[in-house]
Amino acid sequence: MLTLLFDGIAYGMLLFVLALGLAVTMGLMNFINLAHGAFAMAGGYILILLMQRAGWPFLACLPAAFVITAAAGALLERTIYRPMYGKPHLDQVLFSIGLTFMAVASVDFFIGSSPQNVQLPDWLRQRFEFGSGPWMLGMGAYRLFIIATCLALALGLQAVLSRTRFGSRLRAAVDDPRVAAGLGIPVNRIFLLTFAVGSGLAGLGGALGADILGLDPTFPLKFMVYFLIVCAVGGTSSITGPLTAALLLGIADVMGKYYLPKLGAFIVYVLMIAILLWRPQGLFSREGKR
Amino acid sequence: MTHSTTTRRHHLATLAGLASAALVLAAGPARAEDTVKIGVILPMTGPSASTGRQIDAAIKLWMAQSGGKAGGKKVEVLIKDDAGVADTTRRLAQELVVNDKVVALAGFGLTPLALATAPIATQSKTPMVVMAAATSIITEASPYIVRTSFTLPQAATAIAEWAAKNKIKKVVTLVADYGPGNDAEKFFSSQFQLNGGTIADKLRTPLRGADFAPALQKVRDLTPDALFVFLPSGQGAQFMKQFAERGLDKAGIKLIATGDVTDDDQLNDMGDVALGVVNSHHYSAAHPSAANKKYVADFQAANKFRPNFMSVGGYDGMRVIFKALDATKGAGGDALLAAMKGQIFESPRGPVLIDAQTRDIVQDIYIRKVERVNGQLYNVEFDTLKAVKDPGKLK
Repeated sequence: MLTLLFDGIAYGMLLFVLALGLAVTMGLMNFINLAHGAFAMAGGYILILLMQRAGWPFLACLPAAFVITAAAGALLERTIYRPMYGKPHLDQVLFSIGLTFMAVASVDFFIGSSPQNVQLPDWLRQRFEFGSGPWMLGMGAYRLFIIATCLALALGLQAVLSRTRFGSRLRAAVDDPRVAAGLGIPVNRIFLLTFAVGSGLAGLGGALGADILGLDPTFPLKFMVYFLIVCAVGGTSSITGPLTAALLLGIADVMGKYYLPKLGAFIVYVLMIAILLWRPQGLFSREGKR
Repeated sequence: MTHSTTTRRHHLATLAGLASAALVLAAGPARAEDTVKIGVILPMTGPSASTGRQIDAAIKLWMAQSGGKAGGKKVEVLIKDDAGVADTTRRLAQELVVNDKVVALAGFGLTPLALATAPIATQSKTPMVVMAAATSIITEASPYIVRTSFTLPQAATAIAEWAAKNKIKKVVTLVADYGPGNDAEKFFSSQFQLNGGTIADKLRTPLRGADFAPALQKVRDLTPDALFVFLPSGQGAQFMKQFAERGLDKAGIKLIATGDVTDDDQLNDMGDVALGVVNSHHYSAAHPSAANKKYVADFQAANKFRPNFMSVGGYDGMRVIFKALDATKGAGGDALLAAMKGQIFESPRGPVLIDAQTRDIVQDIYIRKVERVNGQLYNVEFDTLKAVKDPGKLK
């Protein structure tokens, strides 16, 4: 029981980091980027390539995955995403899903389509167990590591957004780019940075999740739905929203697969429908924002 | 200007070359009617690409060894990629039959792909050799289907018998939720219960899911003597890792499986956790026969990877088609099908027979244990069930 809860939290945390970048671009920049999963996949493959071909240690690969995908995100934002900001949402969706398919096909071509395996270092493969019977708590070291990392990220980002000058500029730029620009806020540069950080987070999430979620070229398509659910349920205007939603979904998914294996993967959708019926704006949203 | 002149000159040269080539062709012995074509449809991309890659390599090996001739004719193999999508398989099969006039269809990496193509084989009276897909019912989908891989009931029943004889009383089954998984679950449980064992629970995981955590936790809480697993070729490594991470091996739960899980293709990547896993299958790269040693050596000389059970299905499939073509002098249709039935030969996996009645393969099933041999992990055979027919067809 406690073990399940623990697994659910770890899974939810992972979903949170993966979906956060999407929530940021969708909520703050009002841009629907369905290619988000492709950035996550890129992060996963960077981890695999660096670890297995270049022999880097695991802990060095995680920041590398973040930095490289963030740089790629920044580059793409400058070159191909920016002209799409003013376009209608349907154009954005078609454009970014096209990017996703291109990413899937190119990974398939260059690296191959077989699922990849991460060889974790030994200290992350341990397992801690406490108690016995139904209240036994078994924790895999790796899942513990994921929870700690993601929690730190969430707290850090929340602090940046609400406490720092950059955060308030970003919020201003989102609420009304024209007025913000008129006040001397470099809107373009802020969006560029935000997009890069969002992509980097996806890359980090992909790298962290490669072991648990599995990694193959269809990754962006397989998990896109989950990211979108997190954004839809959690709302996209804050960090606490997606965090709560991701935790809820992660726990529900694991519990559902354990107690009702016949329904299995469907639990998540039931939960989403129920929440959206109850609060169509998502769990946490500044209502009537747009 | 210069550019266009060179292009034109180039065209002329090409034309002249073509013309002379045509002349040579017309005069030489290799006329069109002296060639027979075999259409092979495999998942070369997508999640089952490893199946396609293995069978493709085996087919190339067979072509090189046989000289590419059968029944006095030159054999041409057309390999098409269906990416594991049934619609595509069906369309490709239709094109191969109608446009390319192939004498036989072959390949078929997954059950749905084979089932989707069956009506085309029936309507066009084209023999269809299933080299991979392993659900029992496939050969009943068309009277033109011949199988050279294996059936899951063959493997699952064998390991169920072994388990019941080896002090395993209570088992939980965990299978991927699709045709072959359901077959494995059904035949394992019924055989195991027949021999006096109990099945504590039957779990299924989604075909594409890679997170086995909830299912494995449930297994652990049920504390069975052993966990029986079937997963499609390719998911084994991920599963083994999570099995160890969750501490199931330390909780005293044995892992028994069909050989798909300890696939030769991936076995080395699994690491020590795979050691000692007992499983049942029809082929191991470590099968101790002269025929297999030669097969493995030749295969590895041409490829960077080890042959697995998929490759041997492809290799034997080619043999069945070639021998049948030899017998019919290159004729196709019903004559070719008749020549495929009842073939007996020594495969790298051991002696096999294509049962004339069911068109399914009859073969030895081996009980193996994963061991370290010369620094590499192999499935080492320690028990044999002779000439196993598909239990799915013994009613």
